[in-house]
Order: sequence, then C-alpha cells, then structure tokens
Amino acid sequence: MLPARDPDRRGDGLHLVFMASPPAVRDSLAQMLAAQPLRDLSPDGRGTAELVLAEVLNNIAEHSYPVAPGPVSVTLTPVDGGTQCLVVDQGVPMPGGHLPEGHLPSADTALEDLPEGGFGWHLIYSLTQDMAYVRIHGSNRLSFLLPRDS
Amino acid sequence: MQLQTQTRSKVIAVTVIEDRIDAATAIQFKEKMREVTKAGPPRVVLDLCRVQFLDSSGLGAIVAVKKMLGPDRVLELAGLTPTVEKVFRLTRMDSIFYIHPSVEVAVAHAASA
Repeated sequence: MLPARDPDRRGDGLHLVFMASPPAVRDSLAQMLAAQPLRDLSPDGRGTAELVLAEVLNNIAEHSYPVAPGPVSVTLTPVDGGTQCLVVDQGVPMPGGHLPEGHLPSADTALEDLPEGGFGWHLIYSLTQDMAYVRIHGSNRLSFLLPRDS
Repeated sequence: MQLQTQTRSKVIAVTVIEDRIDAATAIQFKEKMREVTKAGPPRVVLDLCRVQFLDSSGLGAIVAVKKMLGPDRVLELAGLTPTVEKVFRLTRMDSIFYIHPSVEVAVAHAASA
C-alpha cells in the first residue's frame, strides 16, 4: 500500500500550517520530525531541530498571539548546509520591530533570584545560523538555517 | 504528567515517567513536583532518564522547583539524555545543579555521604 500523500509536501521539503497553541505546537513538532527533511537527520540533529522549532513556535504562541491562538506556517527546505526554515505568523510585531538580543540570564545569583525564563532566544541563536526577521504586509517572517552538524 | 517517587531515609528520588517536559506541560510538572516533595527528606534527586525533550519552559520549571524547595533542601539531577543535557549546558544551568550520571549513582552517593 502506498503511504498517504501529504498534499502540502513539496519535493523533499515540508510546509505545515497550524494554530499556535502549546498543545498544537507539540503535535506539529511530532509531525515535522516524522517527515522529510527532519526525519533523516541524526538523532542529535533531530533533537536540535525540535528544540529550536519548539522555542520559535512557543514564542509565537505566547508573544505573537497573546490573546487567542492564531495561525502559523512552517516551511522546511533541505539545502546544502542543513535545513532552511521559514516561520510566518500574522500576530503582533516583535517589540521594536527587531529580533531580541537573547542575552543569557545570569545563573550567578542568590537562590531566590535564579532565572526561570529568558533562555529561549539564547538557545535559538546558539543552535542556528543566518537568523533574519522582517515584518511585511502584517506578517512576521522569521528565517534561519539549522546547520547540518550542530 | 506522571511522576514516580522512591523515598529513602535521606533522599527522595523522583522519576519523570514522560518523554517530554515542554511548554504544554511545564506548569503541570511544577505542581506535581510541589505535591510529591511537600514532605520528606531534604535531598531530592530528579531522574530525567526517560525525558527525551526539554524546552526552555521545562528548564524554567525545573529551576522553579529548586527555588520552591528553598535553601534548606537541595534538588539534584540524574540521567540527562543528550538533548536535555544540551539545554542545561547551553544555558549554563548545569552550573547550578549537581548532575549525577544515573539515579542509582545519586542514591549510592547519598548512602555513603
């Protein structure tokens, strides 16, 4: 029997559209990891891809759509250096219209002051290359490369 | 979110019976940890050997548990899988926890201490 055909699949790339809420992000990550181009990465590469995409998509769920979940699209394209990712949402723009700096919060503090958040962008920047953000026609477009050996 | 606990005289070992602690489950994890560590020994070992995926929300929840236990108790970690270990390393949160290779090593360490 032939496998079910994904109508959104283009060549070896993957294009998915879903509502940005934490449970939907979780389900969509599972779907992305089970399909090309992420399916054939090394276990480490798949772990990194899942982490980066989870951080990006949960940021969108939390900050782009603070009131109610809205749509997000993810396009994954295999390229020479790894996997090129494009993530588009129609939520509120990034604060100041640019990418956050992603400074790592200090761990060198008293117990009660230890950071419980602010790690996301640092993780994203640490594991990707060529991060770019544009706000265009009411959309946030984030593009980046997941390098082959990170 | 399922947690399995094993209490010894000086240490309580909590094993997470889930393959992920993420944005969808971080709050639930924190609440369950609060319940299972409410009473018991001062030393808590969190066994993450079954957790294949941890995101920044999950990491934040683990730090929150450490803070919740307060200055008189301690949270230690055991059994970090590769992606989970990477999250701790890249955020330098590996510097604020004692990390054991496995829960067995952690508990043996307690017995000899």
